[in-house]
Amino acid sequence: MDFDLTDQKIIELEEKAVKARELVIETLVEAGSGHSAGPLGMADIFTALYFHILNHDPKNPEWSDRDRLILSNGHICPIRYVSMAQAGYFPIEELKTLRKLNSRLQGHPHRTALPGLETTSGPLGEGISQGIGVALAAGLDKKKYHTYIIAGDGELEEGNIWESIMFGGKNKMDNITLIIDRNNIQIDGFTEIVMPLEPLKNKFEAFNWEAFEVDGNNIRAFVDTIREARAVHEKPTVIIAHTIPGKGVDFMENDFRWHGNPPDIADVPGAPPKGQQGKVALDELRTLQGKIEK
Amino acid sequence: MLNPNLHLNPKIFDSDVETAPTRAGYGKGLLELGGKNPNVVVLSADLTESTHSHLFAEKYPDRFFEVGIGEQNMAAIAAGLAVTGKIPFIASYATFSPGKNWETIRTTIAYNQANVKIAGHHAGVMTGPDGATHQATEDVAIIRALPGIEIMVACDSIEAKKATIASCQTDSPVYLRYTRDKTPIMTTEQTPFEKGKNQTFWICTEPICTIFATGYLLHEALLAARELENEQINTLVVNVSTIKPLDEDGILNSLSATRAAVTVEDHQVVGGLAGAISELLALRDPLPVEFVGLQKTFAESGTPKELIKKYKMDKDAIKTAVKKVIARKT
Repeated sequence: MDFDLTDQKIIELEEKAVKARELVIETLVEAGSGHSAGPLGMADIFTALYFHILNHDPKNPEWSDRDRLILSNGHICPIRYVSMAQAGYFPIEELKTLRKLNSRLQGHPHRTALPGLETTSGPLGEGISQGIGVALAAGLDKKKYHTYIIAGDGELEEGNIWESIMFGGKNKMDNITLIIDRNNIQIDGFTEIVMPLEPLKNKFEAFNWEAFEVDGNNIRAFVDTIREARAVHEKPTVIIAHTIPGKGVDFMENDFRWHGNPPDIADVPGAPPKGQQGKVALDELRTLQGKIEK
Repeated sequence: MLNPNLHLNPKIFDSDVETAPTRAGYGKGLLELGGKNPNVVVLSADLTESTHSHLFAEKYPDRFFEVGIGEQNMAAIAAGLAVTGKIPFIASYATFSPGKNWETIRTTIAYNQANVKIAGHHAGVMTGPDGATHQATEDVAIIRALPGIEIMVACDSIEAKKATIASCQTDSPVYLRYTRDKTPIMTTEQTPFEKGKNQTFWICTEPICTIFATGYLLHEALLAARELENEQINTLVVNVSTIKPLDEDGILNSLSATRAAVTVEDHQVVGGLAGAISELLALRDPLPVEFVGLQKTFAESGTPKELIKKYKMDKDAIKTAVKKVIARKT
């Protein structure tokens, strides 16, 4: 399991991540509701997962040996849907149906609506447990697939998450890797004001997990950390990925008010007027290396 | 008289009728399922012996998972196991599961269509001395409101084993209700059992009321029916072992001659069997109904016998309800 990354591959992934951010903005504008900050912040990690890390087959979402990706903070599903579409799970065109009647792209991911989602989530705090169940089945079936679980940082305020963390630690589950989107925001404000989580790494270590921290918007660093985490076998592993909420769009970055708002719906202080937010966002999207030509 | 076609326990009315707890039926059912189906797995939240999950745990340790006191975690882990092809049974006291973990069940099991079997133990006031905090009296109501979960409530320990096994007949999530104390054995191994089908345990000529009972209180209903017969009040007594899907045609047929119903359950008179039958009758055949159950209150510590007497769920309460509903017939 080496996940080797050439410089060329990094460039490809970064360009894909920028494209993913554009699709997220377009999709949210079309939908008229949904969450902006989390999907934009997590675009690099989702791109790395779908296009480099996961062992999967978009044309065969039921392939029994596939790696599993469980999304616990289901509200950031716009980026998951975008990555899935880019990867070929369904046509890019279908992204326009997000949150609309009869859509397979439900506002919060629904397992039976769309092949490839693995679980249903939305109410926070249930994905780690579900991921553990999927990983336990791998053990029973003697299968080698890996289960990646993504959870939010605010989400860690749900007490039952710590039930699952205790369970993972107890069973020394090395076939799961938990990724925390540490973007420091939640609906009512910054996490450290609403319900402080720090010291967070220590909390996981106290529960007998091996904890890593990384810049979640740096694809090379993230992949390197995945490699390190996958090499740990005597404990479950968690990667606390520090991301910028709204990454890629100047007027959204680090502003918790964009947690639950799509562009173009509301006037937000410091942002362009509401009808222009989507357009400005698309114009401004830039790579991690600088602005891109439009 | 007792329905001879059902091969019921001939000693039902004896003072020394055999008794056993329905939770023992869960344990035995799991053991049999475990032997037949390698995909059956069992989870426990620190109540392994109390829920009789230990029989399975001892025989199939690789397929048993102890999660400690974490019912929400237990339900969602089960969901993950289920979508990966396992058939998980989760057990706890019903106040905690489906009580505490109701939303987890709603999202990851019911809405997610995950094939999880949920065993709610210590159901009803008959849980006894632990008191109201541990007596699940709203669990059927909260599960019944969820689309996609079936509900079975066995009348005795023998039926409980059959119901546990029957829960695996389909891939639907199922809620199974079990009680703590020993209760009278009314059926035998030969008594037929079919998920979704009621059975008339007490038959007579020219009945004027139908008593629908679910769970161990069926025995109180049979006692009531026998005593009422001596007062020339003839009733049918029906065992409703599956509350969802309700045997609608069976219920309506049971009422075609009597035109009056009494429901009996160790549960609030809100939302459980009383609610299910009332909804059916309101839509299909409006008839007078009286509800025997917990009358919109919490109970307290006591022995099961004391509690069902104080909270009016015993045979005397059933007899009173029968007379009341007959008087309401137009």
